[in-house]
Amino acid sequence: MTELTQRIHSILAELRPEVDYSESTDYLADGLLDSTDIVSLVAALDARYGISIDGTEILPEHFTNAETIAGLLGKYGVNP
Amino acid sequence: MNFTFRNMRISGLLVVVPENESRYDDELDNYNFPVANSRKLKNVIGIDRHRLVSGDTCASDLALFGLRHLIDRGDLLPDEIDGLILVTETPDYFMPPTSNVIQGKLGLAENVWCMDINQGCAGFAVGLIQGFMMLQQEAINRVVLVNADTLTRTCSPRDRNAFPLLGDAASIAILEPSPTPQTIHANLQMDGTQHEKIMIPAGGFRLPRTPATANVELASDGNYRGQDHYHMDGIAVLNFVQHQIPPLIEALLSAAKTLKEDVDWFMFHQPNRFMLEKLADKLGVPRDKLPNDIVEHYGNASSVTVPTAIAHTLGTGLTENTYTMCLCGFGVGLTCSSLLLTMGPLQFCELIDFPSSQVDN
Repeated sequence: MTELTQRIHSILAELRPEVDYSESTDYLADGLLDSTDIVSLVAALDARYGISIDGTEILPEHFTNAETIAGLLGKYGVNP
Repeated sequence: MNFTFRNMRISGLLVVVPENESRYDDELDNYNFPVANSRKLKNVIGIDRHRLVSGDTCASDLALFGLRHLIDRGDLLPDEIDGLILVTETPDYFMPPTSNVIQGKLGLAENVWCMDINQGCAGFAVGLIQGFMMLQQEAINRVVLVNADTLTRTCSPRDRNAFPLLGDAASIAILEPSPTPQTIHANLQMDGTQHEKIMIPAGGFRLPRTPATANVELASDGNYRGQDHYHMDGIAVLNFVQHQIPPLIEALLSAAKTLKEDVDWFMFHQPNRFMLEKLADKLGVPRDKLPNDIVEHYGNASSVTVPTAIAHTLGTGLTENTYTMCLCGFGVGLTCSSLLLTMGPLQFCELIDFPSSQVDN
């Protein structure tokens, strides 16, 4: 796990403290993240990294797990 | 599809919202999510309070209240109405058209052209396009465009993805020839391949209502709803909007040979603050020129949100000033439509409350 994916887990834990994301490789299929959670997560990531994730990038496949989220952040210059 | 209309205008705008208000903070226990999580969503999306009809109040009740308000005040003369368009997803009946119900209750002349349009969040733009097309007929000098919906009656109160965002409302726009030259540009796109992204599955003839469709169950997104209820695939709709609306607006402005900087206001449909902020950024439009606070004040009342944004943001200022406006709606269908026009000074531009006790049976 990279430093970035660890930070993503921390942000997810702040959003949904009752959920354990560490055991899941597909948050959506496992019902751990819904559309409103994704919106909250994007807002949190925008604020945390001072970026504005393009609305067209808010696709389910970018929010499958911490690695795919890290991949999305990489497009905005956030290093792993 | 592109449209051009010459020498027509919106001459007055009235919005009617139920006085009954519900606050998100008081609804948190209804949802199947930890309260702390729901509170975070409030700040991100911009949810606070919304206006809901009481009991059996229908779209026509809201519309009739507003129309009588204008008639009683002398702002609308019934004998001068040639066309009556009602845009709604929540008609009083499958048949007859609710516009005919309104015509009858107002005692309008028999040669008034009444038309219902089943459209949602793009419905103000779609209704304007239809109204301006009517005005192209010599026999038609004044069209009343009514947008009215009671979507909260279709929504599960245990669906956090939808219920706290929705509201009920009606608007009345008067369309007539413009005394000064102006060209209105409009465009429209429909994608019926995505018709299931926003829908009420049961209740029509494809899937009639039964006790089974009324059964409320836990959905995969953690919300409780049944097939009788409104349902929206939020991420799919967000992505549709972010992909489709910027090129739609660019094409509109290009056709009108107008720069974004020359547009005073971008009055868009109001799904939530988050989506509109993303859209403003994508369009390269300052966020303060694209109002995004209607959901937190009134809720998303489908096609009524654009007139609500205008009346809430500008109010009587639009009875004194003239603005270049870009209007845009997007939603059920999936449909998106935009117009570029000059608005103001209007004869009236206001927002009034519909009393909870007022039902026009």
